[in-house]
Amino acid sequence: MGPRDGVSSSELRDGPSLGEEDTMRRLERTWGTPPGLWGWLTTVDHKRIGRRYIATGFVFFLVGGVLALLMRLQLAQPENTLVGPDRYNQLFSMHGTTMMFLFAVPIMEAMAVYLVPLMVGTRNIAFPRLNAFSYWVYLFGGVMIVVAFLMNTGPETGWFSYVPLAGPEYSPGKRTDFWAQMITFTEVAALAVAVEIIVTVFKMRAPGMGLNRVPLFVWSMLVTSFMVIFAMPAVMLASSFLIMDRLVSTQFFNPAEGGDPLLWQHLFWFFGHPEVYIIFLPALGMVSSIVAAMARRPVFGHVPMVLALVATAFLGFGLWVHHMFATGLPHLASGYFTAASMMIAIPSGIQIFCWIATLWDGRPQWTVPLLFVVGFVVIFVLGGLTGVMQASVPFDLQVHDSYFVVAHFHYVLIGGAVFPLFGAFYFWFPKITGRMLGERLGRWNFWLFFIGFNVAFFPMHLLGMMGMPRRVYTYPAELGWADLNLTATLGALLVAASVALFLVNVLVSLRAGRIAGPNPWNAGTLEWATASPPPSYNFAHIPVVEGLEPLWDKAGPLGMVHGLRVEEREVLLTTVLDAHPDLREPSPRSTIWPLLSALAVTVLFIGSIFTPWALVWGAVPLAVGLVGWFWPKRRHVPPEPVVES
Amino acid sequence: MSERHFVRDLSDLPTHGHGPSNLTWWGTMGFMLIEGFAFVLAGFTYLYIMMQFRHWPPGMPPPDLTWGTLMTAALLLSLVPNVWAKRVAEASDLRGTRRAVLVMLAVGLVTLGIRGFEFTVLNALWDSNAYGSILWTILGLHTVHLLTDVGDTAVLAVLMFTRHGKDPRRMGDVTDNALYWNFVVGAWVPIYALLYLVPRFA
Repeated sequence: MGPRDGVSSSELRDGPSLGEEDTMRRLERTWGTPPGLWGWLTTVDHKRIGRRYIATGFVFFLVGGVLALLMRLQLAQPENTLVGPDRYNQLFSMHGTTMMFLFAVPIMEAMAVYLVPLMVGTRNIAFPRLNAFSYWVYLFGGVMIVVAFLMNTGPETGWFSYVPLAGPEYSPGKRTDFWAQMITFTEVAALAVAVEIIVTVFKMRAPGMGLNRVPLFVWSMLVTSFMVIFAMPAVMLASSFLIMDRLVSTQFFNPAEGGDPLLWQHLFWFFGHPEVYIIFLPALGMVSSIVAAMARRPVFGHVPMVLALVATAFLGFGLWVHHMFATGLPHLASGYFTAASMMIAIPSGIQIFCWIATLWDGRPQWTVPLLFVVGFVVIFVLGGLTGVMQASVPFDLQVHDSYFVVAHFHYVLIGGAVFPLFGAFYFWFPKITGRMLGERLGRWNFWLFFIGFNVAFFPMHLLGMMGMPRRVYTYPAELGWADLNLTATLGALLVAASVALFLVNVLVSLRAGRIAGPNPWNAGTLEWATASPPPSYNFAHIPVVEGLEPLWDKAGPLGMVHGLRVEEREVLLTTVLDAHPDLREPSPRSTIWPLLSALAVTVLFIGSIFTPWALVWGAVPLAVGLVGWFWPKRRHVPPEPVVES
Repeated sequence: MSERHFVRDLSDLPTHGHGPSNLTWWGTMGFMLIEGFAFVLAGFTYLYIMMQFRHWPPGMPPPDLTWGTLMTAALLLSLVPNVWAKRVAEASDLRGTRRAVLVMLAVGLVTLGIRGFEFTVLNALWDSNAYGSILWTILGLHTVHLLTDVGDTAVLAVLMFTRHGKDPRRMGDVTDNALYWNFVVGAWVPIYALLYLVPRFA
């Protein structure tokens, strides 16, 4: 249906009878975010929210990094007095908390918030207002814990806050309460994004993108989102029990009244181990995108890759007890969790070999993103090997709570997630900003990071073997740990220099980077089918997908469907399995209500640190916010039929 | 995209549906999955704490059966008007839907009243011991769900009597609200068994 006489402008659709220029102008007017502060506060564009989510996550990465540097400086020599024990407790607790809850999980979801709608070929994410709400809740929760830390009320009991240390008896004051509510903030945000991504992937894929044609990054985010849904409730429950024990004298973790400290460990690690894969699986998706684009061929073994992701997710929920081998579990349980922990190496191995096969068979271009992928493979395999070592109970008991464990999980997390993430930054920066990041600085960035990382963390394996426990603020010179610690600190400084170079690269490239064009890497997935940066509406017309790498599969221009409104925000819904067109669905406009609701949630959460009654009076503004949010805004109702299903 | 290669016109697609065609249905399912799993984990916690005690409940009588059982009966019976509300909404019957939503609002308020009495006969306080803590927490968690759905129903009830009630999309909201109520009822049955029957018969 085109712009014919007698058709009101709100009925106007994209298609052959509406010129391309006119279509784009109208779509921009419909989908664009209003200028100025108001537009900034009210936008529901997944790209704008994704961008600020990524930027915020990166700021928390810098905060966590500075905290790490302070710890490394304190440990650089024996009996150092730069930081006292109480401050040191807050430093490592804040470092872990920031890196896990405020950087790693959010930034992975943030990349998905930006990329998934583009990769599946739609105009916005599902539930765009929830997306805005999620960002604000995350931001306020993160700011809250940083402010608390700066006011000497930061968390002090480690990122996993074991009871009884974190209980009312040994952690008086409000420090642990702030930590527990920070959990609630970030998990609400993470769960909201998980639901958005699942629904976007299930219902908003471009026509023809059956489940067998979904890109591996999108698969990885889909699987991750399901993991979030099953993992996060455990930690929310656990942190609620903790804060109730502390504030209203429940007895969940008090053995004198039938509670059990191990209950905390079970609930925490039932979340905490999957958390590792929640960080790691998106990184695997990023690696697949980079490898395919750089090798100029689809990833070898697409189906085994997808199955490996799913298998990792399932196995990831059966490993949590390996964090608790030192608590005196029955032998049978230990045996089971040892086996499960070793099994997870199988799907990881399958993926590593598939990437190697892809590169082997392709014509790899050794750009910076691919360098980071290679760095990932090397470091992650080393971390995986120490992981298999620790799956063995006798070995684990020897190195438990030592620097060996610190080395292991930094190899796994930095190798498995941060290296791919930096690769992803280089890979998608041109899409997000329209300009390429500098290759030369990028290579410096990579090599400093790679060398600095190994100099910082490899010695920790040895320190752990020599008996250095984690989380000590200093050590006597006679133990002979000084040289290795100094080496580790020098490595950390190299990493800091590398990250500083990255920031320089970003700032320089934003102003003067090479113009990217829509598809600078000649990659095959849909996000490269639109301009860089993409317009507010993503695609002038919804593309039709005929293969796994739509831009490679067709010699001519990509097929498109038409008939979506251009004067109203409208998205296309398709069927779950085969992505047949199903409905045209209205999509929300900019609105302030998600921000107001997030503010109400913030008042409620922070208030409840001080009085349980905040749950009662805090519910009133929240209810007002939510009603304002859901109250219909459409001025008129289009007379169209309802479909039964 | 200078060259345009149109392969299909989607102008004829409808703009709203019920059930799995509907985006909100998927969102509701997602949140039901999250909350349902939180209930499951809370239930495991209950059983875990039970293993710490020799007697269950520890040195106190179990919650009185009267109000909890009445709650179970009320919630199960509420499925009848709930299914009716879903049907009239799916049939786009505005008058029927208005009445159904009002009935469901009344049902919700009654169950909240019963819940109030339930809390008075638990025979344990949240700070007595770990048993009391998990008992109050699970019941509290379910009460939050009741409150949320009754609040949602109240807003829908007002909405249905404004001009927005005529928007066919509101019918989808009513069916999704009915779906969520099914979840609130479905979650209660195992909770009832756990809180009221397990201490008596296990």
